[in-house]
Amino acid sequence: MKLIFEKSVKGRGMQYLPKCDVEEVALPESLRRAEAPALPEISETDLSRHYTELVKRVHGVNSGFYPLGSCTMKYNPRIDEEMAALPGFTGVHPLAPLHATEGCTEVIETAKDLLTEITGMDDMTFQPAAGAHGEFTGVLLIKQYHDARGDKKRTKIIVPDSAHGTNPATAAMCGYTVVNIPSAPNGCVDLEALKAVLGDDTAGLMLTNPNTVGIFDENILEITRLVHEAGGLCYYDGANLNAVMGVVRPGDMGFDCIHLNLHKTFATPHGGGGPGSGAVGCKEHLSEFLPKSALMTGEEGIQVKSFAGNFLVVVKALTYILTLGKEGIPMAAKNAVLNANYLMRKIQGTFEPAFDRICMHEFVLDLSTFKKETGVSALDVAKTLIDNGMHPPTMYFPLIVHEALMLEPTETESRETLDWAAEVFRSLYELAHTDPDYMHASPHNAQIARPDEVKAARNPILKYQG
Amino acid sequence: MNFPKDLKYASSHEWVKIENGVATVGISDFAQDALGDVVYVSLPNVGDKVKVGVSFGDVESVKAVSDLIAPVSGVVCEVNEELADAPENLNSDPYGAWIIKVEQVSEEADLLDSEAYEAHCAEEA
Amino acid sequence: MAGFIPSTREEQLEMLKAIGLTSFLDLYKDVPADMILKDGDLNLPSGMSEMEVSALMSRIAAKNKVYATCLRGAGAYDHYIPSIVKYIPAKEEFLTAYTPYQAEMSQGILQSIFEYQTDVCNLTGMDVSNASVYDGATAAAEAAAMCRDRNRRVTLVSACAHPDTINTIRTYSYGTNDEMIVIPEKDGKTDLEALKALLNASVASVYVQQPNFNGLFEDAEAIAALTHDAGALFILGVNPIALGIMKTPRDMGADIAVGEAQPLGMPLSYGGPYLGFMATTAKHMRKLPGRIVGQTEDANGERAFVLSLQAREQHIRREKASSNICSNQALCALTAGLYLSAMGPEGLKKAATQSMSKAHYLAKKLCELPGVEMVYPGEYFHEFVTTLPKQDEALLALEKAGILGGLPVEGGVLWCATEKVSRDALDKAVQIVKEVLIS
Repeated sequence: MKLIFEKSVKGRGMQYLPKCDVEEVALPESLRRAEAPALPEISETDLSRHYTELVKRVHGVNSGFYPLGSCTMKYNPRIDEEMAALPGFTGVHPLAPLHATEGCTEVIETAKDLLTEITGMDDMTFQPAAGAHGEFTGVLLIKQYHDARGDKKRTKIIVPDSAHGTNPATAAMCGYTVVNIPSAPNGCVDLEALKAVLGDDTAGLMLTNPNTVGIFDENILEITRLVHEAGGLCYYDGANLNAVMGVVRPGDMGFDCIHLNLHKTFATPHGGGGPGSGAVGCKEHLSEFLPKSALMTGEEGIQVKSFAGNFLVVVKALTYILTLGKEGIPMAAKNAVLNANYLMRKIQGTFEPAFDRICMHEFVLDLSTFKKETGVSALDVAKTLIDNGMHPPTMYFPLIVHEALMLEPTETESRETLDWAAEVFRSLYELAHTDPDYMHASPHNAQIARPDEVKAARNPILKYQG
Repeated sequence: MNFPKDLKYASSHEWVKIENGVATVGISDFAQDALGDVVYVSLPNVGDKVKVGVSFGDVESVKAVSDLIAPVSGVVCEVNEELADAPENLNSDPYGAWIIKVEQVSEEADLLDSEAYEAHCAEEA
Repeated sequence: MAGFIPSTREEQLEMLKAIGLTSFLDLYKDVPADMILKDGDLNLPSGMSEMEVSALMSRIAAKNKVYATCLRGAGAYDHYIPSIVKYIPAKEEFLTAYTPYQAEMSQGILQSIFEYQTDVCNLTGMDVSNASVYDGATAAAEAAAMCRDRNRRVTLVSACAHPDTINTIRTYSYGTNDEMIVIPEKDGKTDLEALKALLNASVASVYVQQPNFNGLFEDAEAIAALTHDAGALFILGVNPIALGIMKTPRDMGADIAVGEAQPLGMPLSYGGPYLGFMATTAKHMRKLPGRIVGQTEDANGERAFVLSLQAREQHIRREKASSNICSNQALCALTAGLYLSAMGPEGLKKAATQSMSKAHYLAKKLCELPGVEMVYPGEYFHEFVTTLPKQDEALLALEKAGILGGLPVEGGVLWCATEKVSRDALDKAVQIVKEVLIS
């Protein structure tokens, strides 16, 4: 399809603004633009149709099954959107006087109360805009804690090798040296490896539990105890909270701080890559280090974004939590885990799970043997799934499993959808044995065939060339 | 896979050829094959100091990035600027497409000859 | 069923049975038993029907006051949003898609980002834009980070930048153990003499906001020259509406242009979601953080869009990545692109000119009142600072009339006007202030 710029006709356009009703003022010559920006000039009809054409080339949770591991692509309720679109929320200036923003304060305070209860934390901030941003904030809490105690020798953050790439990148952004520790064969923390690196230079540990292969680390209390004993703090990456919310609390596992992805666990939409909200919770001893807006509060302290964060995302998450309540929150987690196990067992016998045991909310298929047999890779399978109307699972992650496909069906999928998905996987397993070349060339019926990523990277075209 | 006899190799997959006190450094056939299509090479500047075992740049493919580890210590005296526009040369001609030349060589890593390096690669593959 | 779970209780039991289990607890056998919450342990309210939740949330929203007229800016601007700009981003597929990892089923999102990147380049005069970052403050902090190298680590930040931006850059610098120094202000603008004294071989970049927090235009070109003479890079934070008429950051000598794109079609929303944009010259392309969409061809030779230059990013580079960003503000970027297409070059120019003209009208009228005068000399865009006697009383009187007055700042009140405020509304506001002052 054409780019919006290719539909532009000079002189076209809409009039959304009235004539100026005051004397017009012009910029001094030295500050004036040389020429008008080359924005599209287009009628509203064409503009509307352009986006309708674009939207047909998007697959959302509302379009179909989206088992993208680690991303918790659950259904995003419409009511959450409607509440976030209330003019009483969208029309509020962040610097309006406090008495004019009592509703916003109530949203934030209520969401904080509910989410600290769910996570076992004492305090929370909604300033971070995404999971990685929350990680950054959380590790800065750890850094401030040690700094405030004058404990300058703690320069290392421990990260398991199965971690999300954001964990080591975050630790580096916080000035820490990253110590990678190998995982045990089951993807859990190797206690001996952990003990070997703990010391008085340990600032903290970053951990996901359940971990990135979808297994709950049964040694979790021992892990957090060991880190605390060494004088470090424990950071919980909340990416996988959907498996355990309302069932077990990170605070009870011994974690000192945590980030949540409201856009995963609490059903706010991903918007094609954002906006999200990476709420950060902490225990009381870290509360004083939470970020604030300098302009809104006039207080000192760290700040990771302007104002109070992605407020409307918090409105959506709060609507969701109130809808589910104390009964629905754990039921969501339990059904997420049930659906994952059900799907895993239905697929098993063709594609094999990397770990043959009960999983949490997601599981990893290991296609390395399958690839040796058929020559068909995890990528080929993923691309053939597209032809079947299914969004592929997360590919080639975690790094500790080769030819990995990671599936997270979530609790909002029905048994029929899971049965259908398993059937699709089984049929692709057969297809790989009969017609591998077809799969190497997949997808065949998608928006595009496989794109040439090498060409894109070698000769970057990053904007419309005119 | 090609392992020229007249070169020496680091276990981190760089090759070195020292002639008249100048070390020419590139990446091996094994390295380029493992990386896949190289799309970008991040190069040092002439005059930069390099040190054995320390990264002096990196090589990017679409889905991976790999550090270039200096097999010798010294001062960069020449950089293969062609790679900025044609990184694919590392794939098509890994032993022709050198990356840097180093002078004032003061230290060498424990380098392998082609036979030992071939065995090392066989182990990693 | 609560929790948006399709399965009935019977189905759940059948599914448990199908995997050889009898109860949900069997799924959590790895979790130490005493850690598992029992019924009643979780102190949350009971779930609610949609009707109840809707009523509750609406009641909470009603506790906020939404003003008919907004004369407050300071980083959040009340511009007119065309109707189409409100409705298109609410399309469910745009809303519920994830990051476009699978190009073959994400061309719509990828193309919208590519168009947004083009818009940002057109506005700023730069060669390359990323797919967006969280907001203007984080864009500035990420830009400061991308300028640092082994030898140059210090960031100089104008005291006349937005306080939240300064504090965010400070926080990011604290993270990497780097120094951030505030360049003092003089007459409401960046003090060039002070800047000169601060520049040295350890300075990586200089950040200045244009127009600045006080609404004033900085002498950006002089600052660019000083910065470049010292071998540092120049980051300019700009208001995207102003770019409808203002010289591009590129032409003002910036190496990196950043800013808060909330004015491009996003409501005030108590501070977010907003949109940070970042653009730079071809020279610094590979240091730009975040997602970037590139054009290529598919196996059939057709035009296709992909997430490109990914080797810069955290999922490949891990601890060597310069930023950990992955999620950005894609839907806000789509909104901004849509807004710019709806407005077009003429519409954007009009929004900019009218905002500036109305601010000047308001300033003129306010300064006719006793004791009200401009605090700073110099050219300004759509914000300005005045003295204001009986400040609290005047702002309260405005509030009562449904007008959110300027923001109290050091030395007076920071006012803002946009194209959305009519002359009548401005006259009314001035009349109310007048009545307070002469009473």
